[in-house]
Amino acid sequence: MAINSGPPPYPGEVLVQPVAGDEVGFFTDSSICIGCKACEVACKEWNNVPVDDIRYLNSSYDNTGELSANSWRHVSFIEQKRDDGVAWLMNSDVCKHCKHAACLDVCPTGAIFRTEFDTVVVQADVCNGCGYCIPACPFGVLTRREGIVDQPAETHVAQKCTMCYDRLKGGDEPACAQACPTKSIQFGPLPALRERAQRRLDVLHQEGVEAARLYLADESDNEVGGAGAFFLLLDEPAKYRYPERPITPTRRLRGMWLAAAAAAAVVLAGVGAAAASGRR
Amino acid sequence: MTAQTTAEPGYYGRPVLKEPVWKPEVAVYFWLGGLAGISAVLGFTARLSGNDRLARRAWFIAFGALLPCPPLLIADLGRPERFYNMLRVLKPTSPMSMGTWVLTGFGGVTAVAAAGELLGGVFATLGRVAEGAAALLGLPLATYTAVLLADTSVPVWHHARHHLPFVFAGSATASAGAAAAILTPSQHSRPARLAATFGALLELGASFAMERRLGPDARHYHEGAAAGPAQAARALTGAGAALMTLGGRRPLAIAAGVLLLAGSLAERFAVLRAGPSSARATADGGTVRG
Repeated sequence: MAINSGPPPYPGEVLVQPVAGDEVGFFTDSSICIGCKACEVACKEWNNVPVDDIRYLNSSYDNTGELSANSWRHVSFIEQKRDDGVAWLMNSDVCKHCKHAACLDVCPTGAIFRTEFDTVVVQADVCNGCGYCIPACPFGVLTRREGIVDQPAETHVAQKCTMCYDRLKGGDEPACAQACPTKSIQFGPLPALRERAQRRLDVLHQEGVEAARLYLADESDNEVGGAGAFFLLLDEPAKYRYPERPITPTRRLRGMWLAAAAAAAVVLAGVGAAAASGRR
Repeated sequence: MTAQTTAEPGYYGRPVLKEPVWKPEVAVYFWLGGLAGISAVLGFTARLSGNDRLARRAWFIAFGALLPCPPLLIADLGRPERFYNMLRVLKPTSPMSMGTWVLTGFGGVTAVAAAGELLGGVFATLGRVAEGAAALLGLPLATYTAVLLADTSVPVWHHARHHLPFVFAGSATASAGAAAAILTPSQHSRPARLAATFGALLELGASFAMERRLGPDARHYHEGAAAGPAQAARALTGAGAALMTLGGRRPLAIAAGVLLLAGSLAERFAVLRAGPSSARATADGGTVRG
């Protein structure tokens, strides 16, 4: 499936085409994001994602706010006052498609599943809107889609980025990556993307951009087992509404059940002793 | 107007986590599920010790508390008409899936146990067999709800993951003992009163330990939407436990029982409401410790 199109993202780089069975993902290089929001628009159009409340948020050029059921890409605008004026940091956020995905683990209906591309997708027609995935996600990606009348089958159910599951199946790259005019959003096989990201980081460091760093490129800064979407950032993760060290709560489930078993044993012993002592 | 970025933490003060959306129905379900589950344990152990009067009431309480549970859970769903999708999979990684099956199984055997109690004869024999199974399922029914909350990224729940099951188990035991003490003549209700006091002490002790473990995050139990119920839970449970130890006179047991039942319900509201407060407080990126 040859699906990467256009020129390579940086001079000297070549496009790497995924083959069937590859784990694919996004590398979002915020250092070349121009904040055009073509990704937000392309995603909305391709996936028929409805409009959200239109509000003035007083957060620079960002009136999308954050990822939600109705915003599967979100461009952050971080204004920084500097000696020579105001600088913007811009970054296109998206579902991280965690390798250990808490949303998928806790989903009680099987609506959330892992695809053959190693991505995480919600089946809107299976989800019954229990809401468990919403607080499970360590990145706050998921919400329930509310108040949309023209797609009744998808209201009140959890929704998020599918990495354009239909396009991947059809041999196309995700709509956001294809629409990105600066190749800030790069799609491809994850191992090749990670190597490219490291080369890009080295270049930026050589050019004196000391603050540049990779986020979620490997497992060193997270417990989500690696991510299907990782980033090159120009400031601390928290500035981008990212957790400093995201966890997958569900990886500790065994300990929780053991605690519950211990609590149950204590109660059984207590109630049993009460019954025995009350014998008459 | 210039957008301001310096005064607020993180990205314009936006929380990293999304708030849990569970409605008050869920707190009521946690309470009733715990009451039903430990009532089954009380019914089973009372039967073993030969206290049939107490056992009979405990089984009626277990069944009565169970009945509203499925409707409460279904009402909380975004798409209630698709509730049956929960019954199409059994998923060990999802406490909600496991809980759904525990509740389903518990409902079946508890109905048989209650029917045996009510109808006698051949049903009584069947009921005795079902009682063992119901008691066995009652324990996870009363505690899985704590695991369900702990298994999220919400700091006030996840950091308390080893304490919450004890809080819920204690609270459930207090409520089950209290309900049985209210309905049982005092000469037969001593085990229920003892269980109620034991559960209340476990609940209070585990809550205290949980707040110590939570450190700064414990503030979500002292301010915001959870503060009221948390305060009420402590006061009601403490008073109920003290009153319950004063002896077997029926009016006293009824008053103590009512206090403990209310305290148990308040405890579930406190824990459920602490979640959204905690999620809202994650703007600085330091969501969850390891």
